[in-house]
Amino acid sequence: MLGALFGRRKPALSQAERFAMATQLQLTWWRFKRHKVAMVSLFIVALFYVIALGADFLATTDPHATDARTSYIAPQPIHFFEADGSFSPHVYGLKGVRDPRTFKLVYTVDPSRHVAIDFFAPGYSYTFLGIPTTTHLFALRNPERGDGIFILGTDQLGRDIWSRLMVATRVSLTIGLVGVSISLFLGVLLGGISALYGGIVDTLIQRTIEVIRSMPTIPLWLGLAAALPNDWSVTQVYFSITIIISLLAWTDLARVVRGKFLALREEEFVMAAELAGASTGRIIFRHMLPSFLSHIIAAVSLALPAMIISETSLSFLGLGLRPPAISWGILLQDAQSIQSLALAPWLLAAAVPVILVILAFNFLGDGLRDAADPYG
Amino acid sequence: MVEPILSEPILSVRGLHTSFAAQEGTVRAVDGVSFNVFEGRTLGVVGESGCGKSVTARSILGIVERPGRVTGGEILLRPGDGGAPVDLLKLSPDAMRKVRGREIGLVFQEPMASFSQYYTIGNQIGEGIRLHLGLDAKAARERAIELLDMVGVPQPSRRVDEYPFQLSGGLRQRVMIAMALSCDPRVLIADEPTTALDVTTQAQILDLLRELQEKKGLAIILITHDMGVIAEMAHDVAVMYLGRAVETGPVRDIFRAPRHPYTRALLRSIPTVLAKPRSRLPTIEGSIPHPFNRPQGCAYHPRCVEIIDDQCRTEEPPEAGPETHRIRCFLHGGHKGAVA
Amino acid sequence: MITFMVRRLLLGLFTVWLISMLAFAIIQLPPGDFVDSYIANLAAGGATVSADEANAMRKLYGMGQPIYVQYGKWIVRVIAGDLGESMEWRRPVAEVIGDRIWLTLLLSFAALLVTWSLALPIGIYSAVRQYSLADYVFTLVGFIGIAVPNFLLALIILYTAFRYLGMSVGGLFSAEYALAPWTWDKVKDLAWHLPLPALILALSGTAQLIRIMRANLLDELRKPYVVTARAKGLSEMRTVLKYPVRAALNPFASNIAYLFPYLVSGSIIISIVLGLPTVGPLLVRALIAQDVYLGGAIVLLLGVLTVIGTFISDLVLMWVDPRLRHQLD
Repeated sequence: MLGALFGRRKPALSQAERFAMATQLQLTWWRFKRHKVAMVSLFIVALFYVIALGADFLATTDPHATDARTSYIAPQPIHFFEADGSFSPHVYGLKGVRDPRTFKLVYTVDPSRHVAIDFFAPGYSYTFLGIPTTTHLFALRNPERGDGIFILGTDQLGRDIWSRLMVATRVSLTIGLVGVSISLFLGVLLGGISALYGGIVDTLIQRTIEVIRSMPTIPLWLGLAAALPNDWSVTQVYFSITIIISLLAWTDLARVVRGKFLALREEEFVMAAELAGASTGRIIFRHMLPSFLSHIIAAVSLALPAMIISETSLSFLGLGLRPPAISWGILLQDAQSIQSLALAPWLLAAAVPVILVILAFNFLGDGLRDAADPYG
Repeated sequence: MVEPILSEPILSVRGLHTSFAAQEGTVRAVDGVSFNVFEGRTLGVVGESGCGKSVTARSILGIVERPGRVTGGEILLRPGDGGAPVDLLKLSPDAMRKVRGREIGLVFQEPMASFSQYYTIGNQIGEGIRLHLGLDAKAARERAIELLDMVGVPQPSRRVDEYPFQLSGGLRQRVMIAMALSCDPRVLIADEPTTALDVTTQAQILDLLRELQEKKGLAIILITHDMGVIAEMAHDVAVMYLGRAVETGPVRDIFRAPRHPYTRALLRSIPTVLAKPRSRLPTIEGSIPHPFNRPQGCAYHPRCVEIIDDQCRTEEPPEAGPETHRIRCFLHGGHKGAVA
Repeated sequence: MITFMVRRLLLGLFTVWLISMLAFAIIQLPPGDFVDSYIANLAAGGATVSADEANAMRKLYGMGQPIYVQYGKWIVRVIAGDLGESMEWRRPVAEVIGDRIWLTLLLSFAALLVTWSLALPIGIYSAVRQYSLADYVFTLVGFIGIAVPNFLLALIILYTAFRYLGMSVGGLFSAEYALAPWTWDKVKDLAWHLPLPALILALSGTAQLIRIMRANLLDELRKPYVVTARAKGLSEMRTVLKYPVRAALNPFASNIAYLFPYLVSGSIIISIVLGLPTVGPLLVRALIAQDVYLGGAIVLLLGVLTVIGTFISDLVLMWVDPRLRHQLD
């Protein structure tokens, strides 16, 4: 069974001609489609980016709204049917109970009070692609103060973890994208220059890469991240952190680009283009780039999870994004101590998307890398 | 040239089948090959790339790699003590290991890639000696030096401690031969031994092989795609096409009177100094079919210029001709209509 | 060979110099000088500091002079062994760091050993028995090892051990040895505590190296020299171990050199989760509190030690590769 999952197959011979005429990207895609795990991963990654896009729509409660009453509420399932079997989605309400020893008011779930759920119902206001709206996938019909749909429970400050997770997904995934874009730019630029000019420039860039690779990255990230002024806005910190991460992450991409570039330069079709008098620019963009585009795509999809881990780690340590920003790392920061974990294990919920996305990106990257050598 | 000695062959391959199981289907890389190898004589196995020459060699040594598998036939080796021939395909893995390197040596196409770059050549030659002849490290080294001297490596006692990457291509191939002969095997399989070398070195290596054959009475299976090498070295020839031996016989017969259309085409495509200047070198029409698309009937029929009729397209020609010169072609037997 | 060594050494020194600049940047980058933050800190506590006192303090730390003078002064002091004062702890940085730097190295090195001893045999097995059940299992475990960031793994193990075994798995020492001077018993206690964090730290690197080893070995297994070895009559085991494994070991070994900085990095973050007495928690606290000399010193020390570790593994690599030994003469 696993064999079929991981197996790769060559295209059937009836397509021999199509195969011979196809571009590199088409070949890669055909071959990639046969890699089932990678296809599933592609679907998961796509799903996550859809979530990132519709984060607020999927959220049920304002992710920043705190409420002392709802502190550490355990995950609440959505009940779809009433006791009599009629369809009526609802959650249980909350009630205050006085602790018999401390006399403090604590809030617990009250199964006797049902709060109905509406779909495509109004909730907190947000903007979707610039359009202000209040529509959410689901919301409570007549909530009393403190009521909420706590699918994944709440944190210490009574914020709904599901809603925070949705918004965090957007932040963490886009940091990965922006970071990879910067790394890709640096990697292609420096890797390309290194291969194209050779000599002293090449040596210099290669030594720089070696130096960066031989440095322990986390202490350096931490040091640089700690130097960001405390009074910077969430957006400023977001972009600074992204830049800090990509500054040390472009080296692998540069190595891939340089390696492919050098290998391709020896290929006969490039020599043929040179002899035919094509300009350097034309050779690079018309002949060489299409041949290693799929390799770059594969390298990018392997660099993305590393970016996401970096951001998550930095934020987890309290030196990356800072509250009120919400990211997976910030959510996990709440789960840092065993005391809070023992009290509210659902704080670890953010671990699931982290692992899932990184796994999916790795399988995707692997599938792409295998597919990038369609004739191999 | 020596006339065929009709004595017992030292190695006799009978109806060998080796196939590779791929997801698209099974590739019959070797599909019923038969030939004999005699002491002191060279059998040249010739054919275009992909015809199953190398797989035949590996099948004999029992080192076909997965997903390949020998699926049928016999490989009979006459033991050194004159006993009854042993079928190598029926030997246990342990017993087969005692044949490899000890009874049958292998020389390979790429002298660079055929050595590990991490051990000295002395180490790599001595390994088989210690394994098969039971010598200790010191004695194995001594023998390695003797072998290097025998194959004409200068300063053998210094070279023995060098690494393969420190040698030239020609020297490496000499070392390869020394390694293949380290345990005095009676059969030597040389798989394209000179393809990767320049012409002068080629001639030297072929001279060396001939010299060693005369000295030791070696039976050599020489695998090549080069008809020139065959003409120079071989006593007998097996011409292979798509996993089959289409014509086997003494080299003189094959060169003087080739019978199979494929053999004729191969011989026509050799450049010679006698050819008319600036004339086109004849080539064989078409290319070898993909192994998955093996043609029906005679596998050569789509390229054959002497095709008779539909029988070529539908039936496989049987082996025919005299004992010493076998041909698989309807022109020479098995045709239902008029026989040429 | 000598040129190779010298080149590596020069590159190492260059890296150290770069790291020292970065460490100094970390000291300099926070807005305002740290006397300001120190005074602000005191003021928040209700105490007041006069301008004279503040200036005396600035002079003590060489502030107000041009950057390169400050860097020069700092580097000279560092080379002389004076890493400065920790603002927060009000003790010399060297004293605050103490054993922690060695425990960091010990943990990273232990993780390196774990990585080697797991990745090598598993990688070989997966390649030789490609597409076997065990190969798929290792591949899957490997992917999980890559996908779970090690701090998350530490968290999950911490929680699982606490929840289901009622155990606290953090720390490198039992409570009674934590502050005790070094004795034989304390070493034994450390040896008892070390494997789990080392394993957690090693997992993702191990997973990557298994993949590298497997891929390299699969490549090597297809090379002609393997056929040569088989044709000699060597047993399959001997053939594989002597030839292709030996060749696959080389890229594997050069990856080890890059693994060390990676492990040192990882040790910082898992130390915080598992409460290990390494420089990790110290560094993060120093950076958050802008205790710049302590933070800078830790970054510098980690960087320098990593460069030394990488240099040593380069030397080992050169020693095991005959081509490097002979061709670079």
